[in-house]
Amino acid sequence: MSVKPSDSATGMPAIDSTGLAGDVRQRTVRETAGRERREKLLLFLRNGQGMFGLILILLFFASAIFAPWLAPYDPNQLDIPVRLSGPSWDHLAGTDQLGRDTFSRVLYGGRVALKVAAIGVSVSLLIGVALGMLAGYGPQWLDNLMLLAFDTVRAFPTIVLALATVALTGPSLGMVLAIIIVTLIPQYARMARTSTLAIRSTEFIVAERSLGANTFRILHRHVMPNVIGPLLILAAMDVPVVVTIEAGLSFLGLGVLPPTASWGTILNEGYLAIRDTPSLVIAGGIPLVLTTLGFTFFGEALRDIFDPRLRKGR
Amino acid sequence: MLAYLLKRVGLALAIIVAVIIVLFSLLHLIPGDPITIALGPRATPEAVQRYIEKMHLDEPVIVQFAVYLKNAAMGDLGVDVFSDRSVTWIVLDQIGFTVVLVVAGLTWAILLGIPLGCFSAVRPNTLMDRVTGILSVGTIAVPSFLVSIWSLLFFAIMLGWLPAIGAGEPGNIGDQLLHLVLPAFAVGLGWVGYLARMVRASMLEVMRENYIRAAHAFGLPPRKIVYRYALRIAILPTITLIGMGFSGLLSGAVFAEVIFARPGVGKLIFDTVMSRNFPVVQGAVLITTSLYIIITLLSDLVVAWLDPRVREAL
Repeated sequence: MSVKPSDSATGMPAIDSTGLAGDVRQRTVRETAGRERREKLLLFLRNGQGMFGLILILLFFASAIFAPWLAPYDPNQLDIPVRLSGPSWDHLAGTDQLGRDTFSRVLYGGRVALKVAAIGVSVSLLIGVALGMLAGYGPQWLDNLMLLAFDTVRAFPTIVLALATVALTGPSLGMVLAIIIVTLIPQYARMARTSTLAIRSTEFIVAERSLGANTFRILHRHVMPNVIGPLLILAAMDVPVVVTIEAGLSFLGLGVLPPTASWGTILNEGYLAIRDTPSLVIAGGIPLVLTTLGFTFFGEALRDIFDPRLRKGR
Repeated sequence: MLAYLLKRVGLALAIIVAVIIVLFSLLHLIPGDPITIALGPRATPEAVQRYIEKMHLDEPVIVQFAVYLKNAAMGDLGVDVFSDRSVTWIVLDQIGFTVVLVVAGLTWAILLGIPLGCFSAVRPNTLMDRVTGILSVGTIAVPSFLVSIWSLLFFAIMLGWLPAIGAGEPGNIGDQLLHLVLPAFAVGLGWVGYLARMVRASMLEVMRENYIRAAHAFGLPPRKIVYRYALRIAILPTITLIGMGFSGLLSGAVFAEVIFARPGVGKLIFDTVMSRNFPVVQGAVLITTSLYIIITLLSDLVVAWLDPRVREAL
């Protein structure tokens, strides 16, 4: 008989204390889990902040995905005669120093932010979980070595590390992603490591090992499902961090390069023309604030509902 | 305490050495000739020759590293490519400005954030508590570089209340303070929210303790209970948070210095990245990062000194 710990809501092996036949017990467990899930969904729907956050997130996704249809102009179309104009009916958010339509550029900038957020968070989550499980499950020396490596990466202020790297490689979107992934890995790895340490000596892992399962199978099938839950909430809350790093580096001219529209490059161009056209730095900043606000509210609501323990983990 | 102190200091030293290894290997990991990468294409043949001799580039990498480590331990971080000045002195000239900025930002955030957290914690789930909570999340969600840009726009350019750029006339303290207001505001704003939420959460926990109830039963005035007895314990996690958050403060300072054209290490790193003066970048990053490591070390030691349980844990 195989024990599938991930079936139960708690992630612990279901212990048959009810004396019910196996399939009946399985069904009750599943029903309880289902009811719990419905209750949590209801809790979320009633959470005003969380719903507000979700709406902002959907807005972010929709505006980024449908940018080509929503944008009134080509984001790179020059129109020098109307350069640095304020908001008007023709150009809702004004134009930049080359006469490009700021509103269209903001919409296209969202695509860069979405791309960076999606790739940055998912890749670092993947690598972080793998490394963290290895550190928690592997031999002591590996654990110590990895902890030192994580602490070293965390010792660099993010922007400072980014500046040092870009000084050598030159700016590009790939570099931005690499820096984001490297700086995010340690915190995911540390959390995955802690959870792995907590369950590595529980009965179902010991049982699995004595049945002859190899390390990969144990980590993949049994440890990971128990580790990943809280990490997903953390990942949602990291989207603002990632989007901010991209915008910040692009603002400094060390990330996405012009003429590509990104919120950071728009802010950079706006900063240079801040005395003439304030609308540029305002239009470039508002979507950034709405996105970070959305993910922060959403992540906090999720955390409060699913895992109040995380509250102090940051 | 001594054992904890030794272990913690040892770890900090190990991390600093690891940071040096990372900075050192960055030069060698990037494909291409390290001399051209480090000095940039504009370096004169004499500078190249001097750099080769100075860094022992004609010897094996491991020897080069040993030399760099030995020099760094004695405070010699190499020389500026263009001006031939000692990197250590260049950085030390600038670091005072950054420390003043970061301390000013953190101070106003502490002075506002901690009382705000207490204010919320003594009236949980009231309207005032909710409003403070939402405002706190709001300040956390706005990236600090955007606060810099927007406050530059509103308070310096549109309203003209405060000076926009520079650090003020040397020797004129009043002028320097005026120039400090906006950058310090930008660097600290997010921290107001962070601290308020952190203090609120740990205060709520502490207020449930029996000794607080006993203090109430003895008829002590509530204000005295909050500030004398509860805050003392509730502040501990906040000290750790402030220590860890210094990295974020330093990142914020980089942006504030660039945006307000203020002297400081952040501006120095940014400018030298732009002029491809890698020895200065390397030295400035090393000193900034070491500063952060030492601050985390100090905050950990303070917490261990205040709370005996922490000492046992390591």
